[in-house]
Amino acid sequence: MKYLLLIYHNPGTRQIWDSLSQSQRAEGLAAYAELNEELAASGELIVAEALAEPPLAKRVTVRDGQTMTSDGPFAEAKEQLAGFYLVECDSLERAVAIAARIPEAPVAEIEVRPIMTYAGLEM
Amino acid sequence: MTSADAGSVPAVEGLLRELAPQVLGALVRRHGDFDACEDALQEALVAAVGRWPIEGLPGNPRGWLLTVASRRLIEIWRNEAARRRREAAAATAAAHAGPVPVADDTLTLLFLCCHPSLTPVSQVTLTLRAVGGLTTAEIARAFLVPEATMGQRISRAKQTIKASGADFRMPPPADQAARLAAVEHVLYLIFNEGYSATSGPALMRVDLTREAIRLSRQLHARLPEDTEVTGLLALMLLTDARRPARTRADGTLVPLNEQDRSRWDRRAIAEGVALITGALARAPIGPYQLQAAIAAVHDEAARAEDTDWRQILGLYGLLETIAPGPMIMLNRIVAVAMVEGPRPALERLSAAEADPALADHHRVAAVRAHLLEMAGDSAAAADLYGIAARRTLSIPERRYLEERAGRLALSTGR
Repeated sequence: MKYLLLIYHNPGTRQIWDSLSQSQRAEGLAAYAELNEELAASGELIVAEALAEPPLAKRVTVRDGQTMTSDGPFAEAKEQLAGFYLVECDSLERAVAIAARIPEAPVAEIEVRPIMTYAGLEM
Repeated sequence: MTSADAGSVPAVEGLLRELAPQVLGALVRRHGDFDACEDALQEALVAAVGRWPIEGLPGNPRGWLLTVASRRLIEIWRNEAARRRREAAAATAAAHAGPVPVADDTLTLLFLCCHPSLTPVSQVTLTLRAVGGLTTAEIARAFLVPEATMGQRISRAKQTIKASGADFRMPPPADQAARLAAVEHVLYLIFNEGYSATSGPALMRVDLTREAIRLSRQLHARLPEDTEVTGLLALMLLTDARRPARTRADGTLVPLNEQDRSRWDRRAIAEGVALITGALARAPIGPYQLQAAIAAVHDEAARAEDTDWRQILGLYGLLETIAPGPMIMLNRIVAVAMVEGPRPALERLSAAEADPALADHHRVAAVRAHLLEMAGDSAAAADLYGIAARRTLSIPERRYLEERAGRLALSTGR
């Protein structure tokens, strides 16, 4: 089963990051590297990315065939998507365990979303 | 087969998949280093699939693969500075080795690829490449992940095996039962992945169902006395036999009782029934055999209404005793409905829901909807089909449940 693990930051998350010392930040990044390495080794990692800051986002809408882009109002949103993991593992329990291992889990919100499959059961 | 057929791409691919585990076994036997041998073979396979369909088959395809892979292996070693000394030794060994004995290494390879240090996902991947002879690209497409991810998964799996200290030999007798169970599970997963894909965006995907059946046949040929291996092969054949009737042209699923049974594969059914009949006559019995027996009862009914539900109910009872699980529990309740009617089945479902394993199971709503529909309560059934549709993780199943909900809602005039 594939799961998307979404890492949401809130204003508090940002504050905590800003207050960290250089070496604490390095520690945090090393913890990410370690997790990525471990998930690659177990064969569970498909992709993991960090997202650029919300002010760099564009909102795209198509209305009456017209494509419009605008700077998102996302910068003000309280919860902001900051990164994600796409993993393939054997159970929801395992996906939740991986989510709990994300170094920012103690200060952010992690959402675990199962990916729909084409599997069809005998009926 | 004419020579033109033998050189066609599908024929070449089929031949390569047969030869892959034999050549890999010979390489590992001669040189050790499963990891590098497997990489070398992969490159030889890719070279063969590029050349043979154009240039024609070599006189000795197995020898060709062995030579090309050995050459490639030496290159791999040469590129690794730390292994310089070994390279010299290998070059000497290769020069002096006589013809490689045609040893059957498939079983040893299967056990190695399904090593307990690997996750099931990695076991499946490595089995398909090292025993199945599929390329990384094919496996990646089959599992809908990027090729780079799959390549990494394979090399990590091989490193994990190396780190675990496992080598290319049969596991000790005391471990063999547990290791065989892992191999069976991996083949079962490969089959399911392929069977599911029949309604997915499958055009570019290798046929994992056929691959699982082929590998299970190889396993069965080596362990003909093992009744669970026989049961597994029978289960695959009896399930796959229904494939032509299982989906409509638009990809939606056709439930078993609505399938056009004239489209079922009679030959696969006959073979599956013979296998399972033989296995059940011997001991010990196991979950694959029981599932195969249930599939056989369905497949032997000329019409849905001829199905021997009493026998199916009995088989589910046995299955629930030896291998309990939520799906088995739910299927058994459906069988109860067919034998005793929907009301007793609904009572059982309510009782079963107390079981924590079932409490949140997404199929409970679907089964209850089905039972309510049987009982004539269309309005409640329609609501529950809708709820079930929102809970499933399967796109074809969601379409099926939505359609069911819509049909019932219409019939109740809502």
